[in-house]
Amino acid sequence: MAATTIAANASQGSRRTSFEVWRGDAGGGAFRTYEAEILEGMVVLDALHQIQKEQAPDLAVRWNCKAGKCGSCSAEVNGRPRLTCMTRMSDLPDDQPVRVEPMRTFPLIRDLVTDVSWNFEVKKKVRPFRARPPDADDGTWRMDQRDVDRVMEFRKCIECFLCQDVCHVLREHHYHDSFVGPRFLIYAAALEMHPLDTEDRREDLRRDYGIGYCNITKCCTDVCPEHITITDNGIIPLKERVVDHAYDPLGKLVQIVLRRGKKE
Amino acid sequence: MAVHQVHEYDVLVIGAGGAGLRAAVEAAAADVRVGVVCKSLLGKAHTVMAEGGVAAALSNMDERDNWQVHFADTMRGGQYLNNSRMAELHAQEAPARVRELEAWGALFDRTPDGRILQRNFGGHAYPRLAHVGDRTGLEMIRTLQDHGIHAGLDVHMEVTVTRLLKDGQRVAGAFAYDRERGRFLVFQAGAVVLATGGIGRSYRVTSNSWEYAGDGHSLAYQAGAELMDMEFLQFHPTGMVWPPSVRGILVTEGVRGEGGVLRNSEGRRFMFDDIPEAYRPQTADSEEEGWRYTQGDKNARRPPELLTRDHVARMILREVREGRGSPHGGVFLDIAWIKGRVRDGAGHIRRKLPGMYHQFKELAELDITEESMEIGPTTHYAMGGVRVDADTQMSSIPGLFAAGECAAGLHGANRLGGNSLSDLLVFGQRAGKCAAEFACAQGESYVPDDQVRQAEADALTPFKRKASDSGENAFQIQSDLQDLMQDKVGIIRSPDLLAEAIEEIVTLKRRAAAVAVTGNREYNPGWHTALDLENLLTVSEAVTRAALERRESRGAHTRDDYPGKDSDWGTVNLVITKGEDGAMRLRRERVPPLRGDLKAIIEEIG
Ligand SMILES: Cc1cc2nc3c(=O)[nH]c(=O)nc-3n(C[C@H](O)[C@H](O)[C@H](O)COP(=O)(O)OP(=O)(O)OC[C@H]3O[C@@H](n4cnc5c(N)ncnc54)[C@H](O)[C@@H]3O)c2cc1C
Ligand code: SF4
Ligand code: SF4
Ligand code: FES
Repeated sequence: MAATTIAANASQGSRRTSFEVWRGDAGGGAFRTYEAEILEGMVVLDALHQIQKEQAPDLAVRWNCKAGKCGSCSAEVNGRPRLTCMTRMSDLPDDQPVRVEPMRTFPLIRDLVTDVSWNFEVKKKVRPFRARPPDADDGTWRMDQRDVDRVMEFRKCIECFLCQDVCHVLREHHYHDSFVGPRFLIYAAALEMHPLDTEDRREDLRRDYGIGYCNITKCCTDVCPEHITITDNGIIPLKERVVDHAYDPLGKLVQIVLRRGKKE
Repeated sequence: MAVHQVHEYDVLVIGAGGAGLRAAVEAAAADVRVGVVCKSLLGKAHTVMAEGGVAAALSNMDERDNWQVHFADTMRGGQYLNNSRMAELHAQEAPARVRELEAWGALFDRTPDGRILQRNFGGHAYPRLAHVGDRTGLEMIRTLQDHGIHAGLDVHMEVTVTRLLKDGQRVAGAFAYDRERGRFLVFQAGAVVLATGGIGRSYRVTSNSWEYAGDGHSLAYQAGAELMDMEFLQFHPTGMVWPPSVRGILVTEGVRGEGGVLRNSEGRRFMFDDIPEAYRPQTADSEEEGWRYTQGDKNARRPPELLTRDHVARMILREVREGRGSPHGGVFLDIAWIKGRVRDGAGHIRRKLPGMYHQFKELAELDITEESMEIGPTTHYAMGGVRVDADTQMSSIPGLFAAGECAAGLHGANRLGGNSLSDLLVFGQRAGKCAAEFACAQGESYVPDDQVRQAEADALTPFKRKASDSGENAFQIQSDLQDLMQDKVGIIRSPDLLAEAIEEIVTLKRRAAAVAVTGNREYNPGWHTALDLENLLTVSEAVTRAALERRESRGAHTRDDYPGKDSDWGTVNLVITKGEDGAMRLRRERVPPLRGDLKAIIEEIG
């Protein structure tokens, strides 16, 4: 059933498109040109797989779910950081070759695959979740759906690291030692706004996570495939908290009272 | 051996999905050295894709729910081939495992009084699935991952195990390569937990990712462990069918749980046409009653769309075969119709099913709040797996444990939705604990050099062959296998096609033995696929042989020559082992007897 349907439709809408795919490793490389047959609904990752299957079996591509859920297949398509499994061929101009290259902010392993391990190390720096004591005798908590919803935006993150790729503080200035990047700022935001969490990360944000380096260009928000409003809903409120905390003793007191109110 | 990187652990966990991470966290809590290996990056395992929720009788929505009802539902869903002790432990321990996740930072949707909200799913008598929108798996894996990185786990990402190593009878570790550089690693361990997930990649149309090549099943089998229930493969009724490149991607059952209905090309709710006897008393008589059920009316009975997956998948196939399907070979799933029934309908749908809204919008250019989705069955879940002890999760090989989708027993002939995520937590925890205990009690094991050398030689053979000699390409063989399994070992099985499939698998094995790869060892997908073929072919053969052997239709296994259930087969599990001569052996084992008190529960609840 599957095969016949696909075959029947293949003849209708297929066209050939050329791809310029970056091939190489840390030592150097170049764009190589391939052709792929494009069928209705195809995404860039499908084309890369076709190239792999028919022309370049050793083309390195990282992917997993092919459904936009795992955040593995990040690369730059026509210069823009994207999930290749969610980039439809029909959304790209068809009069020019499609250019696919690895994320530029991370060290290259091979072809389209980069070494993103720095992100996993950085995460360890973020102070972990610590729950308040349970609300009920049976050891469970009571929470309001609205409080859950507020954090949910940040918890949708699939750790594709596209925002890290595009952020100039990392991409151009390489402040990897002193800045955790937008992904981990919203990670901190999710913990700070978690209805049960009791930790205070405001000092960490300023000193260890380098929130001050962010100058609110919003490039991260633009590329996030989960449509998380990283800057407006995450980073800016965090910055406000940090500023209040650092420079305003009265505000700090108010914040503490507010936090108590929220968390108890 | 000195040429490879060697890592020593008390417990080695293979797999970093829900089951593997939960096992690792538990083992680490016992203060032993724990290593975790996974084929992809941390947090990307299949568990991340789970949508609908995790089943646990928290009884937040209906006070009539308790572990006994969950147990009875699981047994009925599995058509009584389940290991009843596993079903019992699972139903009893799932609530504590879910609450524990919350203590580690997971956030679930809430009831109006602030407790965990639970949703309806097929085969569960009461709303039982704790969830967060339709991305429960992400919440679960992220919580375990973030908890795990502070628990002292040593994680090896993008490392693939190709062989288990043994010290006499006992498991002693594993041999692996790293994807990035192609270097070999040797893990020496007192105990090993397999948590490698499923086998869906052996089919053309599947909801599973490339990782699901049946590695754990095959590693255990090659090492001498037993596989069980391999004929039971769940075809999820609702996968995307259009456009072709996304065919198979899952559409969560949550859509039906929220009131979505199935219609054929004539607009008819065909699920009302045929309701199995065992479920008739619990199924709605009218569309109206079904709707009320999805909206939480405790006096209403469930709509037939929420019958078990095996049944819904067969009904869809029937509509398609009889010419009442949708334009691209599926049927229609309509959630947009509820707009007339709830306030701010479109907004409501987007809130309840944000992932589905997004998925159809971006991949199919379809707005599910306006139009019906086209869906059809997709290969989804392996009920079969490594045969384990119910309490400890240890296989027949001392020190080798298995948990999660790669283990067998809990689900019998058919798994209920939501029972996998809870399975991962309950049996992941048990496997981790028992593996740590085993490693402490038995002490260190010794890894024999000759096995390491053999594993290395096996892994390198594809490079030794020249493409010019055979011309075989690993991707092509994989693709041929997927077509074969899709066409001949699908939802409705016939003995001739199964017999043909076995023949063809033999041919494919021969071709696989001639595969040559080009390029070098760094991140070389051609090489990785060549190595995966052994696993894909092993599990495909196991599924096919077991499907040919079981001469009845039960749960997910349907034979066109034996359309009914057979009471003799109803007490038999098929167990598969590797014979001395290397050939696959099948034997029948009695389903473990039901304890008196459990039998009483089933009789009372039905
Ligand atoms: C789209 C989708 C939606 C689902 N929704 C639900 C739901 O709502 N509720 C529910 O209960 N169930 C659901 N399921 C089923 C459930 O998600 C899976 O059964 C479950 O997540 C499997 O978890 P696991 O821990 O066993 O394996 P996985 O999460 O798949 O993890 C397997 C791990 O093993 C590693 N691995 C595999 N082979 C090797 C090897 N050779 N060497 C090293 N590492 C290896 C992988 O890299 C990975 O880390 C869904 C499944 C799918 C596909
Ligand atoms: S808004 Fe801040 S974090 Fe985001 S890209 Fe710009 S500088 Fe980086
Ligand atoms: S915030 Fe968005 S862009 Fe950044 S890692 Fe998460 S999902 Fe990706
Ligand atoms: S492959 Fe998972 S997001 Fe693209």
